[in-house]
Amino acid sequence: MKAAIPSDYLNQTSLLRLIAVLALVLVVHLPSLPAWESALVAAGLGWRLLIALRQWKLPPPWLRTCLAVLSFAGIYASYGRIHGQLPGIALLMIMSVLKLLEMRSRRDVMVTVFLMYFILLTHFLNSQEIWTAGYLLLCASAITALLIDVNHPAEALPLRNILVSGSRMVAISLPITLLFFLLFPRIPGPLWGIPSDAGAALSGMSNEMAPGDISSLIMSNRQAFSVRFFDREPPPRERYWRGPVFDSFDGRAWKASSLSLRIQTPEAELLPPAVRYEIIVEPHRGPWLFALDVPDPTTRPDKSFIASEYQLMKGRDVITRELYVLTSHPNHVLQKELPESVRRVNLSLPRGFNPRTVALAQQLQAEHAAPEAVIRAALRMFRQQPFVYTLQPPPLGRNSVDDFLFETRRGFCEHYSSAFTFLMRAAGIPARVVTGYQGGERNELGDFFRVSDADAHAWSEVWLESKGWVRVDPTAAVAPNRIELGLSEAMQASGELPGFLQRGGWNWIRDNLTAQWDWMNTQWNRWVLAYGPEVQMDLMRRIGIQDWRSMVIVLTVTASLILGIIGLLLLRQFTPARNQEVAVRLWAQLQRRLLRAGIAQRPAEGAGSFAERVALETPELGSAVRRAAGIYQQLRYLEGATPALQKELAQVIKAIRT
Amino acid sequence: MTSAIQPALDALNQIILGKHNQIRLATACLLARGHLLIEDIPGVGKTTLALSLAKVLGLGFQRVQFTSDLLPADIIGVSIYEPQAAGFRFHPGPIFSQLVLADEVNRASPKTQSALLEAMEERQVTAEGETRPLPDPFFVIATQNPAQQIGTFPLPESQLDRFLMRISMGYPAAEAEKALLLERERRDLLTEVQPALSSQQLMDLQTQVKAVRVMPALVDYILALVRFTREHNGLRQGLSPRAALALKRAAQAWALLSNRQGVIPEDVQAVFAAVVNHRLIAASEREGGAPTADDILARVAIP
Repeated sequence: MKAAIPSDYLNQTSLLRLIAVLALVLVVHLPSLPAWESALVAAGLGWRLLIALRQWKLPPPWLRTCLAVLSFAGIYASYGRIHGQLPGIALLMIMSVLKLLEMRSRRDVMVTVFLMYFILLTHFLNSQEIWTAGYLLLCASAITALLIDVNHPAEALPLRNILVSGSRMVAISLPITLLFFLLFPRIPGPLWGIPSDAGAALSGMSNEMAPGDISSLIMSNRQAFSVRFFDREPPPRERYWRGPVFDSFDGRAWKASSLSLRIQTPEAELLPPAVRYEIIVEPHRGPWLFALDVPDPTTRPDKSFIASEYQLMKGRDVITRELYVLTSHPNHVLQKELPESVRRVNLSLPRGFNPRTVALAQQLQAEHAAPEAVIRAALRMFRQQPFVYTLQPPPLGRNSVDDFLFETRRGFCEHYSSAFTFLMRAAGIPARVVTGYQGGERNELGDFFRVSDADAHAWSEVWLESKGWVRVDPTAAVAPNRIELGLSEAMQASGELPGFLQRGGWNWIRDNLTAQWDWMNTQWNRWVLAYGPEVQMDLMRRIGIQDWRSMVIVLTVTASLILGIIGLLLLRQFTPARNQEVAVRLWAQLQRRLLRAGIAQRPAEGAGSFAERVALETPELGSAVRRAAGIYQQLRYLEGATPALQKELAQVIKAIRT
Repeated sequence: MTSAIQPALDALNQIILGKHNQIRLATACLLARGHLLIEDIPGVGKTTLALSLAKVLGLGFQRVQFTSDLLPADIIGVSIYEPQAAGFRFHPGPIFSQLVLADEVNRASPKTQSALLEAMEERQVTAEGETRPLPDPFFVIATQNPAQQIGTFPLPESQLDRFLMRISMGYPAAEAEKALLLERERRDLLTEVQPALSSQQLMDLQTQVKAVRVMPALVDYILALVRFTREHNGLRQGLSPRAALALKRAAQAWALLSNRQGVIPEDVQAVFAAVVNHRLIAASEREGGAPTADDILARVAIP
């Protein structure tokens, strides 16, 4: 074997640790990188590993330069730019690996270590979940441990020691972190702009509804939002979460007409009781905020409005998690006076579609004078004829409503609401499709409801003279359990449910764990992610801080106090008097322990003689007490205080069981 | 180097049976460059101890039997006119040897006693206007018989503390005495003993004693002991600073014998009685008695 390469600043063990920690820091970024870059990062780490293990030479400067230039070019080719968030992270990662290939001096090592801290920070741009925080703490401890290690380049420190010290340092920093989290003035909006690609993988409600849209949506268990009711909890049949409303039908899909998105709150008569609740909505593609039918416009959150079909909306897509508090009124009269333009839109049907349904509607209209009677007759049809509520409806042809009502008769909520709305319009009753969520799963741990995409639903609203818009849910006529008990109960027998919705067997364990995880997540969202300027100010007012100036003063004073106390504690460790006290204190601890066993040291008895007496009287304690006495003598009389001996004494004493 | 003393101790223990502690104390006293006073009745092995120490440690040995008519010159030496040299020549007395055994030191006149004690203290002798250094190492073992006080001159209290330690031999234990009677004569045994240590080694050890560590915590203990004697009603005089120094030095030597690089309280306790017993002066009988060394040790807590 060749002699150790003199160019390596670090010893081999520390070098291997450095590579391992870098790999740990980089690994979660890999999935979001282009494949070639992931491969390059892995190859770079592997190469450096071999260099360390086999004692190869580091690559020559021209090769490193080529690699760097090629990486820049590759990133430009993949992203079309070399600035911005994703290319930036990609560059950082590649360069941190390339840095390994030229690591020979202390400076290179330090640059790599601090680069790791920075790369670690960029994880927050991708994910802000609980596990990210845990992973970050873990990585921060690992990097700090590494930092301790590389400061002793000649020889690797024991792994356990550096890990303990690193974790301890991170733990000590936690109170200050928490303080800054709570008191550092929050800026509205994220610090450096929302990543443009943050919503790429989001699902949720879309801005149109075609057959099959919702039944595919419910296959996902993604959380849409969580709800906490403040006092009264509405019964399941009232838990309709209003989302996009569609008033325009093109024969296949329902869409929102231009009319429906106007910022023009229709008049509504809100009747008691009122329900107050708090929603944390997950980011999704679309401007809707969900609200229990129907929200009080005066309680709507900032920068939101209620559109003309009573949808709570934001001016832009909901791409960050948001928390808002609303009051809703399940009993209401919505838009008693229907403007002519709205009536026209809500009666319009595409020409030349679904002739049999139109004929049925005319027949119903002829049989029943009152609109209410027509509605009852239609619902009766759903109930009495062999309609099946299923997640796997057969495909429908051009006249989708005709096919569904008269041929297949198997469908999911979007089929029923679509067909019903079409039928109503054909019978001259203004009607529209409302999509959103229905129900929600109660989390027993956290006293909140989790509403997921599996709770997605579609229903109808019809307009009646003097009653305004009235919700009619044709699905309830076919499958009442869907509304009362939720989707999984309604579909249990059919075997069509996705695995996560099936009950029974060992699933209760999984359900329980899921509930706990959801609860933790909700708390995390509530207290950490939703902690913005408003929540901060609210909290500050509660503890008596009125404006951000006082907040900054409190922050500065508290942080100085904490740092000062830590500093004083550290200082005390280095004074000799304190060191003597440590041995005396530990020995007193031993005396207390032995006293419990009825063994007392006489005041005039030296530690050594005492240990011999203990060994004589209580042989099973003898060796430990002898050892403790030996270290105590070392500390007090022979060598003087050293932290290692103090630690050893503490451990020996801790191990003594009486 | 420290372990060099162990063979010497072993050899001593083979000659003087069952007196481990006294042998150890005597050796510690020697290592601490102090002088030893042995107070006991005749025939318990005082002289044998001194002889064995001289033999085992390879020291030049002289014995002086103190009597009431002993003159200082008998100890120190005298200048005699030598006709051949046409002048006076100094004939060194028995004090000019490395180990001096002063037997029954309290039988000599105070003047003679003073000459000895002065030589012990100064480690040099001034005779006829000329100062002569005593050999190094220099170690005096004095014995006195406490039982026969008639016609003696007890050593003055003020001079007793020239001795680092005062020990007594005591009767041998039954086992040891049986072995003593069964085995060969001790004196015969002594003639065969080979030195276990050279003088140079002994002096190195004496130097090492000074290097034995004394931490502040231990000094606190010594001070607590000293303070206790000064504040106790049963004692007319407490321990002097010189006594405290003696205690420290003796404890250092004891620690060295135990192979330790620092002094622990047990070392102080081990030498305490030997170092302080002859320095404490009881107030009077009426006060309810003076505390013994063991009393003091039992009542002073280790800080």
